[in-house]
Amino acid sequence: MWNIALRAKELSGCGIAGIIHRKGELIPGEMILKAICCQYERGNGLGAGFAAYGIYPELHEYYALHVMAQNKQALEKVEEFLQKHTFLNFQEPIPTKKVKTIKDPPLFKRYFVRPKFDEEEAEFCDITAEDDRMVQLVMEINEKIDGAYVISSGKNMGVFKGVGFPDEIAEFFRIDEYKAFIWTAHNRFPTNTPGWWGGAHPFTILDWSIVHNGEISSYGTNRRYLELFGYKCTLLTDTEVVAYILDLLIRKHGLPLELACKAMAPPFWMEIDEMPEEERELYTAIRILYGGAVLNGPFAILFAYNGGLVGLNDRVKLRPLVAASKGDLYFMASEEAAIRAICPDPERVWAPKAGEPVIVEMEEGVIPNQKSYLKPRPAEVKEDALRIGYLPPLLFSSK
Amino acid sequence: MATPQFASFFPDFYIERIWEKCIKCRRCVRECSYEAHIWDPKKKTLYEDHTKCVGCHRCEAMCPTKAIIIRRHPAEFREHALWTPWFIKNVYKQADQGGVLLTSTGCALPFKNYFDHLVLDACQVTNPPIDPLREPMELRTYIGPKPEALEIEEVDGKFRLKKKLPPMIKLEVPIMFAAMSYGAISLHVHQGLAKAARDLGTLYNTGEGGLHASLYEYGSNTIVQCASGRFGLHVDYLNAGVAIEIKIGQGAKPGIGGHLPGEKVTEEISKTRMIPVGSDAISPAPHHDIYSIEDLRGLIFALKEATEYKKLVFVKIAAVHNVAAIASGIVRAGADAVVIDGLKGGTGAAPTMFRDYIGIPIELAISAVDKRLREEGIRHRASIIASGGIRCSADVVKAIALGADAVYIGTAALIAVGCTMCQRCYTGKCPWGIATNNPELIKRLPPEVAYEKIYNLVKAWAHEIKEMLGAMGINSIESLKGNRDKLRAVGLTKEEMEILEVKHAGE
Ligand code: SF4
Ligand code: SF4
Repeated sequence: MWNIALRAKELSGCGIAGIIHRKGELIPGEMILKAICCQYERGNGLGAGFAAYGIYPELHEYYALHVMAQNKQALEKVEEFLQKHTFLNFQEPIPTKKVKTIKDPPLFKRYFVRPKFDEEEAEFCDITAEDDRMVQLVMEINEKIDGAYVISSGKNMGVFKGVGFPDEIAEFFRIDEYKAFIWTAHNRFPTNTPGWWGGAHPFTILDWSIVHNGEISSYGTNRRYLELFGYKCTLLTDTEVVAYILDLLIRKHGLPLELACKAMAPPFWMEIDEMPEEERELYTAIRILYGGAVLNGPFAILFAYNGGLVGLNDRVKLRPLVAASKGDLYFMASEEAAIRAICPDPERVWAPKAGEPVIVEMEEGVIPNQKSYLKPRPAEVKEDALRIGYLPPLLFSSK
Repeated sequence: MATPQFASFFPDFYIERIWEKCIKCRRCVRECSYEAHIWDPKKKTLYEDHTKCVGCHRCEAMCPTKAIIIRRHPAEFREHALWTPWFIKNVYKQADQGGVLLTSTGCALPFKNYFDHLVLDACQVTNPPIDPLREPMELRTYIGPKPEALEIEEVDGKFRLKKKLPPMIKLEVPIMFAAMSYGAISLHVHQGLAKAARDLGTLYNTGEGGLHASLYEYGSNTIVQCASGRFGLHVDYLNAGVAIEIKIGQGAKPGIGGHLPGEKVTEEISKTRMIPVGSDAISPAPHHDIYSIEDLRGLIFALKEATEYKKLVFVKIAAVHNVAAIASGIVRAGADAVVIDGLKGGTGAAPTMFRDYIGIPIELAISAVDKRLREEGIRHRASIIASGGIRCSADVVKAIALGADAVYIGTAALIAVGCTMCQRCYTGKCPWGIATNNPELIKRLPPEVAYEKIYNLVKAWAHEIKEMLGAMGINSIESLKGNRDKLRAVGLTKEEMEILEVKHAGE
């Protein structure tokens, strides 16, 4: 099924939408579906997907792995791997529905796990190491197990995606049966690669999820930059790098969200040269150090995590992005029409400026595992600890 | 009977004078520093000594009536695939003189030029190309070690750096001027390079011949070199620039030191180099205080101490077989940048065997070094500067896409000021006034002219690089760095593509 020629990079135009409730109230799946379906013309039936946060409250302590597999054997290999490297709390097939237009879908299963460390490596058992270990396990499965991909791996969240129009994919995954405090959705228009299930958005790592409209012309540079830190790009689409860059810059290096966005869509040197001294030093440093993280090319992205939703445009704004709010609900989408379809009377509607992130975080303490990235946090001090590969290597050979 | 000099029987060039055009002004006689044009006062006519012509084309360019054509000498040897005229004549020369064959510039052999087997990408439809005439396009590049992560703090609701960055050098264009010593080239060229570097926002390199007193004012655009001969090296010199380059080797002659023939050592040169007039300045092959990588570390830190850690230290090596491992050692020894000079790198004087046969092509070396430093997790600790054989702006783009941070150009800058690649710089008689210190000859190239030509060249290249970046859909040079997606190979083997980490065109 997947013996298509995959390219290291795909070129696409797309539609995106996202909703967040700042107090953590749950939003029904129909709402996001309506918003994304309103942007029907932005897709061509070759990919659609949804990310939902807050859908596994009873299992929120566990990493929810959504696994997509080509066949039973691949799934068995994943299970064997998880048995060895994780505590597996619960597993089940992801409920799906037969949809006429969707032919030969892959298998979908979800596993709720915590990574296991061998005794002699017990020292790595703190929280950051747990996240790192999880990243490493996901990379390992994606890279080494033929025909199986982890499509999401965060706590209390999950991604549902595939080849089809958004309404078909929503029907297939029974999106109307989920309620979430953050939703993002994507409608894909790939222009020169065949659609494949793994290539649909959102892309994720841990609880980071990204939907993207645009092309990342700097993909080659970004990928090599991430490889330095042990991230492996296996899904063969440019958007994947955004998830890993967020994870690296924010979770690992401790950059506040706003600066991480500025690293990805930096101000021009001529703007930096005009800044007051302290700011100039800061932005100069960001550009010098994080040149490999610059997303060059036209894009609008929405990304979410357990606690927030962020919209960002490239630094010359070559792709559309609109934001709106009403009470505690915030909306972002490619087109205003998509927002008005689900919220006809927003209090505020605005078009974010090029390179200026729209950051909406939830109020403190409203959800489990809540994260806030507005403040800078200390980078992990030991140089090597900044790398994922620093963790003990996995003894695994499946290819 | 005098021993016949076989080499002189078979000149390389033939000076053809079109007598109908010649007005016997004798300009050619004055222009030719090799005395290939001779005026016969008795017969009131001119004749030529073809054996003396080096093919510099000075007379041809200067003749007011365009009466001269310099050609390859038409006399032919019988064909032989192995014993071409080049080898036959070299044997004659050495049999005549018993010496080492000397030459100048870089490798002249048609080894595969990898730049010519790499093509670039451009956007179509899905991603708009960017027009540098209408949108900002950024070439600014920083050279030096970079921490991997930033430490940020928030003060009064504003983010700022917790710790300042270590010193780095800002380049407005990722093209610098390679080490060419005062002595090897004229003071005028040095002045032109220095001023052009300043106006372009880049750096020039003094080479190993010290720094002329008139050039100290260009300090913030200067790299001073510390080579094995240590000519003209004192603490003011070390502090004069923004970086110090330890020259271990150069692409044109890996394994041996610099060589300035005594003919070029004039009064001024002697003062700057701190050596007697007319003496050969031959740098030893090794630095006599570097016999291991620890010793290199010692020198790097001695230089840093001497300059209070304000200057960056570059280490320049020739690209040789083991270049990746050597570069890794250099970075670990504390260098802030490693300069890799490839097989095609130029020189003012080198043994022909060294110039043509020692070292590896720069393209392969860049890729191998970048890869090794990345694998070892030390790529951020030093910049990679590539040099040797960069002929046009597309070569610069390709070098950066292969992993270099910036490049050096040497030969291209000299061609910009009139060099015709006659490859006889070592004689000190450069008729174009470039690789000479003869007071009469250097007048042919005033500093202002040198400045203008060099400035124009780099300005034009910078513009072309912007156009190419725009076509690729990126608007700053950092998104090109190591970006193999932008390169495809045409006509390379699997192995070559593996080393370069590029795909074949069509893939
Ligand atoms: S410079 Fe030209 S015109 Fe003058 S003497 Fe020489 S060949 Fe004749
Ligand atoms: S610099 Fe002068 S001597 Fe050297 S190759 Fe060029 S023209 Fe000939």
